[in-house]
Amino acid sequence: MNHMCLGIPGEVIELLPDRPDLAKVDVSGVKRSINIGLLENETLEPGDWILIHVGFALSKIDEQEAKAALDFLEGIGQAYADELAALQDSRIE
Amino acid sequence: MRFVDEFRDADVAQALAAQIIDLCEPGRQYKFMEVCGGHTHTIYKHGLEDYLPANITLVHGPGCPVCVIPMGRVDDAIHLAEQPDVIMTSFGDMMRVPGGRGSFFDSKAAGADIRMVYSPLDSLKIARQNPDKRVVFMAIGFETTAPSSAMTVLRAAAEGIDNFSIFCNHVTIIPAIKAILDSPDLRLDGFIGPGHVSTVIGCRPYEFIARDYGKPLVCAGFEPLDILQSVYMLLKQLAEGRSEVENQYTRVVPWNGNLKALQVIGQVMELRPYFEWRGLGFISHSALRVREEYAGFDAERLFDVPGVRVADPKACQCGEVLKGVLKPWECKVFGTACTPETPIGTCMVSSEGACAAYYNFGRFSRERVKEATRT
Repeated sequence: MNHMCLGIPGEVIELLPDRPDLAKVDVSGVKRSINIGLLENETLEPGDWILIHVGFALSKIDEQEAKAALDFLEGIGQAYADELAALQDSRIE
Repeated sequence: MRFVDEFRDADVAQALAAQIIDLCEPGRQYKFMEVCGGHTHTIYKHGLEDYLPANITLVHGPGCPVCVIPMGRVDDAIHLAEQPDVIMTSFGDMMRVPGGRGSFFDSKAAGADIRMVYSPLDSLKIARQNPDKRVVFMAIGFETTAPSSAMTVLRAAAEGIDNFSIFCNHVTIIPAIKAILDSPDLRLDGFIGPGHVSTVIGCRPYEFIARDYGKPLVCAGFEPLDILQSVYMLLKQLAEGRSEVENQYTRVVPWNGNLKALQVIGQVMELRPYFEWRGLGFISHSALRVREEYAGFDAERLFDVPGVRVADPKACQCGEVLKGVLKPWECKVFGTACTPETPIGTCMVSSEGACAAYYNFGRFSRERVKEATRT
């Protein structure tokens, strides 16, 4: 069961040249496609961190913030585990 | 001071706590509203209320999208789910929200095809894979999720997918804050502004709160230290006689928001003249609907939506909790008739709801306080 309010940080691992609106992103080890269309005014590269809501990157963040956010999410336990499980089922195209 | 050792930066927290106490005017009571359910979650999880001086009260606001959806809209959505060939898709946190005649889970158990999805794009994928079905996405949330629904409609339009629509229940945070400011029930000294909503709308839309109502607002992050620092920033403004919009969460929230996200919301959606909020009643221009240009993706135009209105259960006091007038444990049915397993009110359903957050964490921190004072 996912929690739409949770913004979760993910690391961009691959940009897809034929699909500029998508990126392959690693979220706590779960690798999925995420829509990056809302960040078209930013430059994104592998290694960059983004804050993800329901399959869409809403903002680019720095690595330090990503780590802090991950610590926080891991601390909240079940809700984050649920979110990751939901992401695991996601197959965005 | 009890929970300082749980924070990552105990020294900073201690220094902040001392400064917060210094900034308080002797004898003055302060009431700050945290608008966002994510903040409520942090506050209870870390027992921040027990940790602040007694003359500062944090009250919980309406920023939990699941909590503010009226029962009638849930019934309407279930009606849609029960139509022939419909696959209803929804975020997980919506599944247990009770309408007047049960929840999505109940309807699913009774045979309706209702599926949980992580993203509206997963819903669109279900539509692609099931061309003979009509796939409806239960679109809910504030400005954090509205751009995702809008982007998905644009994608469906670009691909020419004609069996996908959204049942649009997106709400906007500013009119809800205004309704609370105009409500005679509550006197507030300032606001802890939402974090992630502000990544989309930025800080500007809050300026009327400072300008017209003379209340400070600080956009805040979600860690305990962020909230403590925001309380500090609010108190500092009050001590200096200022009321401004400040941004504590600059590492994520740009002052102008995400312009692309705002542009796609505006392209696909427009404000409704009014919308019903659970507990707050009808609020003008407080929700979004699909624009006529995208009528083919609007479940309200494609289906006959009954427009059910259901009064909240009498025993339920979610309305007072959402306005910050009551604390969760002051509700008559809290923890007895209403629990996360069998919620009567929406505030008990979502983990961001004030009641569920307090039920899950607050009780334990209170018990720990007792324990700490015993030893």
